[in-house]
Amino acid sequence: MSAVLLDLTAAAAAAAVKAGELDPAELHELYRGRAAADQLNAFSWVAPEAGADDFKRDTPLAGVPLGVKDLFCTEGVPTQSGSKILEGYRPPYTATVVEKLFDAGATLLGKTNQDEFAMGSSNENCAFGPVFNPWDPTRVPGGSSGGSAAAVAGGLVPWALGTDTGGSIRQPAAFCGIVGLKPTYGSCSRYGMIAFASSLDQAGPLTRDVTDSALLFSHMVGQDANDSTSLAFPEEIRLPTAHDLKGIRIGVPEELLGAEGGIDPGVRASFEATLELARKLGATVTPCQLPHAPHALSAYYIIAPAEASANLARFDGVRYGLRVDGDGDLTSMYSRTRAAGFGPEVKRRIMLGTYALSSGYYDAYYGTAQRVRTKIADDFKTAFADVDFIVTPTAPSTAFELGAKSADPLAMYLNDFCTVPMSLAGIPAISIPSGLSEGLPVGFQLAGPAFSENRLLNAAFALESAIGFDGSPARGGVAK
Amino acid sequence: MIAEVEYEPVIGLEIHVQLKTRTKMFCSCELSFGDEPNVHTCPRCLGLPGTLPVVNALAVHYGIMIGLALGCEIAPRSQFHRKNYFYPDLPKGYQISQYDVPICGPGRLGDVRIHRVHLEEDAAKLVHVGESGRIHSADRSVVDFNRGGTPLAEIVTEPDLHSADDAREWLTLLRTTLRAIGVSDVNMEEGSLRCDANVSLRPKGSTTLGTKTELKNMNSFRFLAQGVKAEIERQTKLLRSGQEVSQETLHYDPASGRITSLRSKEEAHDYRYFPEPDLVPLVVDDAMLEAARAELPELPSARAERFEQTFGLPRDRARDLAFRTELGDFYEAALAAGGADADPIAVANWIPALVERIGSDADPASSKVSPGALAALAGMVAAKSVNQTAAREVLTMLVASGGDPAPIIEREGLGAIDAQDSGLAEIVAAAIAADPGAAEKIRGGNMKATGPLVGYVMRETKGRADGAEITRLIREQLGL
Repeated sequence: MSAVLLDLTAAAAAAAVKAGELDPAELHELYRGRAAADQLNAFSWVAPEAGADDFKRDTPLAGVPLGVKDLFCTEGVPTQSGSKILEGYRPPYTATVVEKLFDAGATLLGKTNQDEFAMGSSNENCAFGPVFNPWDPTRVPGGSSGGSAAAVAGGLVPWALGTDTGGSIRQPAAFCGIVGLKPTYGSCSRYGMIAFASSLDQAGPLTRDVTDSALLFSHMVGQDANDSTSLAFPEEIRLPTAHDLKGIRIGVPEELLGAEGGIDPGVRASFEATLELARKLGATVTPCQLPHAPHALSAYYIIAPAEASANLARFDGVRYGLRVDGDGDLTSMYSRTRAAGFGPEVKRRIMLGTYALSSGYYDAYYGTAQRVRTKIADDFKTAFADVDFIVTPTAPSTAFELGAKSADPLAMYLNDFCTVPMSLAGIPAISIPSGLSEGLPVGFQLAGPAFSENRLLNAAFALESAIGFDGSPARGGVAK
Repeated sequence: MIAEVEYEPVIGLEIHVQLKTRTKMFCSCELSFGDEPNVHTCPRCLGLPGTLPVVNALAVHYGIMIGLALGCEIAPRSQFHRKNYFYPDLPKGYQISQYDVPICGPGRLGDVRIHRVHLEEDAAKLVHVGESGRIHSADRSVVDFNRGGTPLAEIVTEPDLHSADDAREWLTLLRTTLRAIGVSDVNMEEGSLRCDANVSLRPKGSTTLGTKTELKNMNSFRFLAQGVKAEIERQTKLLRSGQEVSQETLHYDPASGRITSLRSKEEAHDYRYFPEPDLVPLVVDDAMLEAARAELPELPSARAERFEQTFGLPRDRARDLAFRTELGDFYEAALAAGGADADPIAVANWIPALVERIGSDADPASSKVSPGALAALAGMVAAKSVNQTAAREVLTMLVASGGDPAPIIEREGLGAIDAQDSGLAEIVAAAIAADPGAAEKIRGGNMKATGPLVGYVMRETKGRADGAEITRLIREQLGL
């Protein structure tokens, strides 16, 4: 029975609970056992055994367990954002998106590991140890939502929440062979998400398939009075039904597929094969231009660290989290606390951001980066006049080995070459598995204009059916 | 001997005003003063991870009202920025303020041009625990976050003031204006009005500005005037002895009268301002402008003008009354109580005497003197039924125990002596008889010699006689 249960998608499990065919407590215990025996280090905290009354059976999500990335505040439950500086921190309130999912009937299974403060593309920047890829535990799961991606791919949880700042949902989804959606900026509340870069951070689902993605997302969206940057989504999110791509115009941006992106041959082959499938489904595939997109990474590594340098200033040892006391004045307490509490990548970005905002450098760095950001957003607007979606490989490679890029931050940053432009433009993008390359999953990214999620999910659904990717071996994975 | 250079002080003020909203600038905690520490706090104003600011609509409304009252241009779209610095009273590590696009642009109040007005949040309060209560000898410092997040309007003037007394007088006008529009308690002692002064000197006639110093946080009108005066003297001495003024931030200690340096230009903070990504631009539409305009009462400067125009008061008297709302209100109440007979100039002339008796900071409305009583007294003086000296005595009695002037005058026998049937002519005759030398001088054309004769009559009548009437009788009896 448990193997059958494990094969249920979240949507199918919810339907089974509502049909009276499945006890959510049984489902929860199955996953709780697997999460507790987690060999992937995907979880930073696993829920204790639940009582029979803890499940909201008559709800849309019918008590189906949910993994939540560590940086979402969950009242009374450890929320550490992968950082030693927040070790043991239990917030007094719950993030809006998580609260909404609880209201819709989701049950918290656990908190998932991540790169510290969501800064990373491999989950190696985690104070609580790296996360392993269920397809090959010598490889990284991607990041920063690597714990969520590994947990879903490894069958430790039916689905999970992640956040995406420059690719942190899409790239780990690609590395782990699952579906990751980064929604339109502002469509989900950021209230209660421990911020990395406020103008880029977005919550989104990591799921086994596109239907689950749509279902989870449909209960996350909505304007929130607690987040001034949130927006009312103009339409209801529907479950996808499309079986073809007739009349759909797909654009392939030449700038992101050139030599600069460093795309592996195996990834390119899978990408080309998926384009061919799209044509077979009725889509027209044409080249398109995003002239400023190659500069996205440079702009991103100014804007995101700049915002982060301010967002992380609150971790000062005064009110909560780590504090390293000792001799000396206030400034030395700050220095000791932050030196001991932050990892090297976080320190690097705080330094970058502080420098970029410094008097005399502000316009040259931050000002220029913002102007580039505007141009990139304009590029997408122009391109979407002629095409419905823009597609790229999600990441230039499949999952790399642990430690392979740790010593070279720039090589690590290049992982986000194809995902960062959409983040800067604030538009939605989804990564679906397009196949395997040398036994490892490859991600295919589709991006659409702001608030085009319904169309995007439909197109991804049609492609997903045609690709027929089977993620089930991974669910056996190392957590067997 | 070389003539010493005459210097002209140039002074600009930066005023922080706590707005009298019900809740804080970016959260829904209540404003408070003097409550138990840290009871008015929430995850937002404590800067807990994941929280986001939400702008207080009433604070924006008050900001617009201030702008309109100061004749400022209201920006249709302004921007919040983050001002970054580390201090325990600043829980986020940055203050949300406005920077290059404030809500109010150039304006004017009285003789002083307003540079800008912007909205921001107040810091929390540090309490230094130790015998002296001062930071240097404190055992430790604790933070009270009740004040943290209180809405502030910062008003910045152009350097249009040229003496300490002008600065003090203008600040009084500003306080009255803000109090009249009801946006703040504007109490310097309680910290709801705080003032910094930028002071520089230049040779008289010069139009270029000298090096300025910033004098921080003088917490009373008196200390402001003293501090600025002391700084002008300090700079004058420096310049006269051939030294230069260095740009620095200073503290004036009212107890010792000493000025000490807080930090030099080199030690100035780099606040690394950048647009607050958690807030969308602040848009002020016509409806908001209209709502603010509709709530503005008559402003003190307009009231002073009306007192001049309508009641014929001299300019200084009109300002004295209008620039202190409570005096202007009492004055107008007295005129109303006096009805058509009330003489506006006569009534106005009695307000300073009242203020002298109740204390210069007291509100006459809360004294025992009713507006009607003051109007009646002024009327009786004008009608010569009581003379000035006696009326002053009556006023003292009104202040002590209230009541109406007529019965007091009756009871105390202070009524003016009626020239016709009081035997005043006989007393005058007796005065002439008693001092034939004086009478001789008067006959010889020396009118100053009436003094002793008038004094004689006043003594005899216990001051109740009318001086002008006595003089008339002397002349009559001497056949002049």
